[in-house]
Amino acid sequence: MAAENYLEFEKAVVELENKIAELRSFTDDQRLNLKEEIEQLEQKAETMRRDIYRKLTPWQIVQVSRHPMRPHTLDYFNGVFERFIELHGDRAFIDDRAMVGGLAWLDKKPMVVIGTQKGKDTKENLAHNFGLPLPEGYRKALRLMKFAEKFNLPVITFVDTTGAFPGLEGEERGVAEAIARNLRDMSVLRVPIIVVVIGEGGSGGAIGIAVGDRVAMLENSVYSVISPEGCAAILWKDRAQAPKAAEILRITAADLKRLGVIEDIITEPLGGAHREPQTIIAKVKQYLQENLPELSAKPIEVLLEERYMKFRKVGVFEAAAHEC
Amino acid sequence: MDWFKKPKYMTVRVTSKKKLDIPDNLVTRCPGCSEIILNKDIENAQRTCPKCNHHFQMPARERILFLADPDSFRETSGRIQAADPLAFPGYRDKVVKGKKQTGNLDSVIAGFCTMGGIPVGLAATDFRFMGGSMGSVLGEEIAALIEKAVERKNPVVIVSASGGGARMQEGIISLMQMAKTSAALARLAAAKQMFISVLTDPTGGGVTASFAMLGDVIIAEPNALIMFAGPRVIEQTIRQHLPKRFQRAEFLQEHGMIDIIVRRQEMRDRLIQLLSITQPVPAQE
Ligand SMILES: [Zn+2]
Repeated sequence: MAAENYLEFEKAVVELENKIAELRSFTDDQRLNLKEEIEQLEQKAETMRRDIYRKLTPWQIVQVSRHPMRPHTLDYFNGVFERFIELHGDRAFIDDRAMVGGLAWLDKKPMVVIGTQKGKDTKENLAHNFGLPLPEGYRKALRLMKFAEKFNLPVITFVDTTGAFPGLEGEERGVAEAIARNLRDMSVLRVPIIVVVIGEGGSGGAIGIAVGDRVAMLENSVYSVISPEGCAAILWKDRAQAPKAAEILRITAADLKRLGVIEDIITEPLGGAHREPQTIIAKVKQYLQENLPELSAKPIEVLLEERYMKFRKVGVFEAAAHEC
Repeated sequence: MDWFKKPKYMTVRVTSKKKLDIPDNLVTRCPGCSEIILNKDIENAQRTCPKCNHHFQMPARERILFLADPDSFRETSGRIQAADPLAFPGYRDKVVKGKKQTGNLDSVIAGFCTMGGIPVGLAATDFRFMGGSMGSVLGEEIAALIEKAVERKNPVVIVSASGGGARMQEGIISLMQMAKTSAALARLAAAKQMFISVLTDPTGGGVTASFAMLGDVIIAEPNALIMFAGPRVIEQTIRQHLPKRFQRAEFLQEHGMIDIIVRRQEMRDRLIQLLSITQPVPAQE
């Protein structure tokens, strides 16, 4: 991993790893026997990383979830599936590159894949509008879902977005309507839907493609009604207090599982998905292989009733002490 | 409008910054025309300005009494109240404040009534209760109302005054109410029952991006602020210059997002006319 891509809280371990690399090159040149020392240091680095990652704070998890080198939606499309054919456009206005999708084959079975796409560098981010979809992105997603329904193909969505694009265009062209329509129509889409939150699940922009029969989150992904920065700005008029807000908001995979909002957590390699993209891609593949047959075998009316009830039962309230 | 000829109200033109000798709780400066108007006159005009027809916010319960046939409303809400699932700082205080301000348990009143004799599920949200925001209670009351309407084969009218969108204090649980209420509306649609969404000032965020934009007919009151992202958020994050009247009802209608703009004075009649298409056509004499 490139040294410039480490996160602040990993600094100590990255420095140690750099030192190990230095020692290695020294060994090569001087034929000195530092093998034992290197092994010891490697052990130490591994332990350090394990310790750091065992007790990540919610804010640190936010950092990992936003890591630019973290595998993004297209990495999964191309890595998990044997073949991927991208299908473009909403058939009305544009092809929103922040939302990608198409046909994909897993174990020779065709399915429709859809997801929000962030970039790993500025060039990619500009091409995909930083993963912030316009209304047309949500409409493209729904068009592909209707396509799936027509040909009886399961739908897999990958969620990784800070949110829907907050701008003039989105408001003019009805981003709220586009998200609302997806929520309603996904709830009755007559094929199985699996949702995987792979990075950031940012509010309405995320749930707009996240009404599914199974919702899974990668271990270091987050899913929230508002960004920690936005929450901090409202609560304390200070975006710098985002770490505190991240804690209060309960946005980690573990929190959401506890709150009964998601079904599954897909564990990540030590140090986050970006350290071993192939490992996490294999795990996501395995998750789909495990869950698709069960969902596909269910009679559609049962599947739809269960999907409805899954969202219907989310809510925490108390009986009123007295009627107002 | 005959009130322009025979004013039954009192206006005071403010020419200096000198404070008026009228207690604040008796008068309001109208944001529409800047006149100082007696609160009594605003209330008598369904909370509109008798001078310029500016629409002030209307409390949810008042809205329901104004829309329903007299004595016909049977409330289904009012049995549950907000919990504090995340132990969110300040949430309980905000709920207490909202209760005190509105006399209601949360930001929504829901129930069944008749309108022009037509049975209908009717709900209204209240901006004074945490910005009319949607947490578990609002989500539950709306979903339950829609489900009962499906059973009873009734249309549904929801009047939104929910500038607060999804309620931050309930975190991800609030976000899920968007899916929950929208899914309930899919069932209403499958039952071929009409849903009319009435958008009032202000409606935003997670409420706009769920049930509020899913009406078979979407109505807005004049000049209502209707948005997904708030104008300040847009200005700060994108640094775009925003056009005049941006996110107002007229702007949304121009962009094809809402069906009709209806003044409050005509709202009840207009709703009854729309709802009447769901009724059997009376036999000719
Ligand atoms: Zn006025």
